Amino acid sequence: MEEIRERDIPFILKKSEKDKPQKEITSTGEKVLRGIAYVLLTIGAVTMLIPFIWMVMTSLKSPAEAVAMPPVWWPSVLRFENYARAFEVAPFGRYFLNSVLITSLSTLGELITTILAAFAFARLNFYGKNILFTILIATMMVPSELLIIPNYLTISNFGLINTYSAMIVPYLASVFSVFMLKQNFESVPNELYYAAKVDGSSDWNFLWRIMVPLSKSAIVAVTILKIIGSWNAFMWPLIVTNDRLLRPLPVGLQAFTTEAGTQFELLMAASTIVVAPMIIIYLFLQRYIIMGVSKAGIKG
Amino acid sequence: MQVKFQDVTMSYGDKNVLNNIDFEIPEGKLVSILGPSGCGKSTTLMLISGLTFPSGGKIFFGDEEVTKSDAVKRKVGMVFQNYALYPHLSVLENIMFPLKMEKRPKKERERRALELARLVQIEEHIHKKPKQLSGGQQQRVAIARALAKEPSILLMDEPLSNLDARLRIEMREEIRRIQQETGVTTVFVTHDQEEALSISDEVMVLNDGAIQQYSDPITLYKKPDNLFVAKFLGTPVINEIKVTRDSLIQNRLPIPEALKEDITTIGLRAEDIIVTSVPEEALFTGIVSHVARVGKDTTVHVVNGDAECVATDLAMIPQEGEDIYLTAAMEDIHFFNKQNDVIRMEATHA
Repeated sequence: MEEIRERDIPFILKKSEKDKPQKEITSTGEKVLRGIAYVLLTIGAVTMLIPFIWMVMTSLKSPAEAVAMPPVWWPSVLRFENYARAFEVAPFGRYFLNSVLITSLSTLGELITTILAAFAFARLNFYGKNILFTILIATMMVPSELLIIPNYLTISNFGLINTYSAMIVPYLASVFSVFMLKQNFESVPNELYYAAKVDGSSDWNFLWRIMVPLSKSAIVAVTILKIIGSWNAFMWPLIVTNDRLLRPLPVGLQAFTTEAGTQFELLMAASTIVVAPMIIIYLFLQRYIIMGVSKAGIKG
Repeated sequence: MQVKFQDVTMSYGDKNVLNNIDFEIPEGKLVSILGPSGCGKSTTLMLISGLTFPSGGKIFFGDEEVTKSDAVKRKVGMVFQNYALYPHLSVLENIMFPLKMEKRPKKERERRALELARLVQIEEHIHKKPKQLSGGQQQRVAIARALAKEPSILLMDEPLSNLDARLRIEMREEIRRIQQETGVTTVFVTHDQEEALSISDEVMVLNDGAIQQYSDPITLYKKPDNLFVAKFLGTPVINEIKVTRDSLIQNRLPIPEALKEDITTIGLRAEDIIVTSVPEEALFTGIVSHVARVGKDTTVHVVNGDAECVATDLAMIPQEGEDIYLTAAMEDIHFFNKQNDVIRMEATHA
């Protein structure tokens, strides 16, 4: 199951602190508070980074070093060949392509459906709109684990078990993303909608030419959550696929866990490969994430 | 394009915002819709634009009925109070947007947008984003965008309310200039009577969803149809003096006996008031309570019990505490009946 958690959102949506003028630190009390804040932040950062560093270091160790007690931090020889070996043990190239395919199609599909749905809920008037939206929101309260079996049966009845569709189709829509985009779309002033109408724009044109560019940061946030969730999905692809060649990366990582034990150095090398694209995407998109929705041009 | 409303009613739920409105906006004119907030003036504008549709009645553009056509079909241009510029587009792209929607060729769009940028004197800012412009400049861009597709009619919803006082006067002259240069029929909504009187060919005064008076600014000021219009226009507010049949003044004024019964209120503009030494001629008698001098203007406040009368432009400035008799020339006095409608004397003179 892919994991999109509500609690991830506030951090991603937070505007850049750089936009605010830096406050002058005056009193000793404030200095102490700020010092404590930095200590806590540093502890947090280190805690988050250590497993990551451990993963990268272990991926370069020998099998003995990987399981050595006390732990070895720095391998005696950097064994980059672990990466090559990981690719020999399992068809990682294929897994990688599978992951890219599944992630990109389900992300693209979700963006299209959620943008359209959010627009309808935010701007259009139709019979039963509020009830429908309430029902959609209510589905968010159902734990995803509970849905594994019903979803499996549905997919199975459609005859989609062991296909790419099984991993893509169920994720072409997301209530949470609809909810988030709807809130954002509603913050776009009515006057812009009227202005666009008067300027001869249809609802469709208004959505793609005005609304979507103005909601760029929210859409990017939704996209990132989706990509991460989809890329890391493990449980669902494992359940609905039998064929090794259909599986995405996270499922493929199992190849290093055998009855004879786990080849940690190879597992970590493969994990690094799995994680790397996410880091690259994050670095590329973060400037959009911290960009607030621009409301300039609207006064009052 | 001439605009005609025929028996138009607009209601939201149980609430009637406009009641059976009839009017005609002549082609090529600048018409203001003036009224206090909640009078239905913005609703009227929305109805002209086609962004909302009336609950009853018909709307015509020229000879064509457009009651059911939406904003796109009516080809109106609109300027909003908060400008409503597209924040992510440059000034030029904003102006070109309506032309893009019409799928005009790119060259033509640019040529037209530059022409309009020149008209509204914004050409040195065309590559900036709206937030880099001042309020007045944003307003100019909004006007250019509204004019881009050569609209059948230009609608402006309180376009000057967000500007500071000095800029407001500058922009309202600009709007007048642009309207005259382009000759586009323009409807201008405002709650500011000075704004309406200064730039319009015709002013429509609205209150409680009904047209109070629709005429040129001078007539509106000189010959108000009712007490509401008389009080809404002019600073200071017109003096309202309650009278009864027995009042002395009615005996002294040349009013036909038949009408004396109906008159309950007379209205006197502050600048029409003259001081008289003959008590029998007085329309208002009282004590000078306060004399305020602001620059070249002197305002005299006269009180009598709860009643107050304000006079400006007096030939002689009285002393505070002085007893004073105020009157006005017969043609400057406005008479109202108990429904607050005006009673015209001219007709009865003849």
